[in-house]
Amino acid sequence: MTPEIQARNLIKTFGRITAVDDVSFMVHSGEILGFLGPNGAGKTTTMRLLTGYLRPDGGQAVVCGTGMSSDPVKAKSFLGYLPEGAPLYPEMTPAAFLKFAGAARGMKGSRLSDRIEEVGDLVHLTQVWHQPVETLSKGFKRRLGLAQAILHDPQVLILDEPTDGLDPNQKAEVRDLVRRLSRSKAIIISTHILEEVDAVCDRAIIINEGRIVADGTPAELEALSEYHNAVSITLSSGRENDLADLLGKLPSVRNIELSDEGNGGKQILVIPEDGRAILHEVARILGGGGFEVDGFRQERGRLDEVFRKLTTGIQSHRQEGKP
Amino acid sequence: MNIAPIYRREMKSYFSTPIAYVFIVIFLLLAGVFAFYVGGFFPRGQADLETFFAWHPWLYLFLAPALGMRLWAEERKTGTFELLLTLPVSMGDVVMGKFMAAWTMIGISLALTFPMWVTVNILGDPDNGVILLSYIGSFLMAGAYLAVSACISAATRNQVIAFVIAVSLCFAFLLLGFPLILDFFRPWMPESVVAVLGTLGFLQHFQSIIRGVLDLRDVLYFTTFIALWLYAGAWVVDHRRS
Repeated sequence: MTPEIQARNLIKTFGRITAVDDVSFMVHSGEILGFLGPNGAGKTTTMRLLTGYLRPDGGQAVVCGTGMSSDPVKAKSFLGYLPEGAPLYPEMTPAAFLKFAGAARGMKGSRLSDRIEEVGDLVHLTQVWHQPVETLSKGFKRRLGLAQAILHDPQVLILDEPTDGLDPNQKAEVRDLVRRLSRSKAIIISTHILEEVDAVCDRAIIINEGRIVADGTPAELEALSEYHNAVSITLSSGRENDLADLLGKLPSVRNIELSDEGNGGKQILVIPEDGRAILHEVARILGGGGFEVDGFRQERGRLDEVFRKLTTGIQSHRQEGKP
Repeated sequence: MNIAPIYRREMKSYFSTPIAYVFIVIFLLLAGVFAFYVGGFFPRGQADLETFFAWHPWLYLFLAPALGMRLWAEERKTGTFELLLTLPVSMGDVVMGKFMAAWTMIGISLALTFPMWVTVNILGDPDNGVILLSYIGSFLMAGAYLAVSACISAATRNQVIAFVIAVSLCFAFLLLGFPLILDFFRPWMPESVVAVLGTLGFLQHFQSIIRGVLDLRDVLYFTTFIALWLYAGAWVVDHRRS
C-alpha cells in the first residue's frame, strides 16, 4: 500500500536559517502521526511544505501519489488543512464560510449542503451558525477551522495545533473526533502537549532545529526515557533509607531517587541501568526485608523527559544521587 | 477555471461589511461634485457628459487603490492567505476572482450614475453612442488602476503602505505622457524609450475614448495593461508566501 503522505528529504531555508533540514517520513491511511517539537523547531514549516503553502528548497512532498510541486491543485484536493491559529474570514458566518470552502473544493448542490449540516453537527457549530466569525469564542473558531478541514472528507488531514487554546473538555472532544476520523484517513497533528501524543497518536516524530530526532510509537519513545522500567515504591514506615541502601546494592540499578509524598509518606524511585526490567528483583527485596509498602508501580517512561533530552541535549535530574 | 467561489466570497465580503455601501455612496457623491461644481456641468450649457467623465481619472486615483489595498494585505493580516493558498484552486483563479469582484464594485458604482445619463437626455439630445463608449472607457481605466493596486497589495501586509504606493504609481501612469513624469526619465533613459513611455499614459488613451473616437488601440492598451499587472500580481503572491 502506498503511503498517503510522503515527505521526501524536505529542505526549507529562510535566508541563512534552515528551518527544515532533510526531513523524510511517511504516513499511511488509518495512522495518526504526532508532530512534536519545541516552538520554532520547524513543525509548522514542515506542515506548510506538505500542504503546498510553501515550496521546498529541496526534496518534495507527495500526497496520495501526487507530487505537490508537479500538480499542486490535484495534490491539494486530497488534503484537509487546519493552519496554525485557525485563520478565518472575520466577517463571514460559519454557514457562509463552509459554503465557500466546499465550493472552492468543487462541492455543490445538495451534496454540499448535506455535508455542511453533517459537519456542523459533528463539531457542534449549529448554535452559532449565523453569527459572524469575529464574534465567536476561540473554541468555536477552532471548531470551524476543523469543520472546514474535514468538510470534503479528505484522505489526508493535517492539523496544526488543533487543541491549542481550548479548555480541557473541548480538547477531549477534538481528540475524540480525530480518533473517529482516523479510520479512513492519514492524519498529522502537531502539538506541544505531550499527553496528547499518548492520547491520540499511533506514532510520533520529534523534530528539533529542523531535523527529525526521534520517530516511533509513543511506547517506543517512552522507552528512550531513563525512567523506562523504573520502579516507584511508596511507603510510610520510616525505613526508606534502609530500603534505599538495599536497593542501591543491586547491580542492575543505576540510580535511586527519594522524595517526600506529603503526609509522612516517602517515594522511592528505582532507576535501572539501560531500561532493564527490575520489577522482580525489587519485589524480592521488599518481601525479604519485610517492608510495608503503600504503592508499587513500574514506570513506562516519561515522554516529557525524552522530549527534553532530545530537544535540548540536557537530561532532567530530580536527583538525590545513588547512596 | 474555478473563479466563481473566490469571486462570490469577495462580493459577499464587500456587502456584509460597510465597504460596499461606503464605497458606492462616496463614489456617487464625488462623481456628482466633480461634474457639477468643479467641472461646471450646467454653465457649460452642453448636453453631454464630458465634464462628468473628465474627472474619472482623478476619482479613481484614490478610490481604486482604496478598494485594491485590502485585496491581499488583509488576507495576510488575518492569516487566511494560508487557507486560500492551500485550497485546490490555481493562483490565476484566485487573482482573477479577487480582481473581478473589486472591478464589479466599480462597475456597480458606475452603473448607478445612470441618473446623469437620464438628465442629459431630458435636457437635450446628446450623442448616446459617445456616452456608452465613455462608460466603457471609464470602466476599463478603472480596471487598470485596480490591477496596479492589487499587485501592490500583494507585496505588503500593511494596508496604508499598499494604499500610498498604489496611489503614487497610479498617478505616475495617469500622467505618463506629460512632462512632469517624462522629465524624470529623460536624463537616464534613451530618448526613444521616453517617447514610447510617453504614449503609455492613462490620460491620453482615456481622453481619446471619451471624445468619441473608437480606436481599438485604446481598448487594447487598457486590456493589455490590466493583464500584465494581474500577471505581475500573481507572481508577487506566489513569491511572497511567508
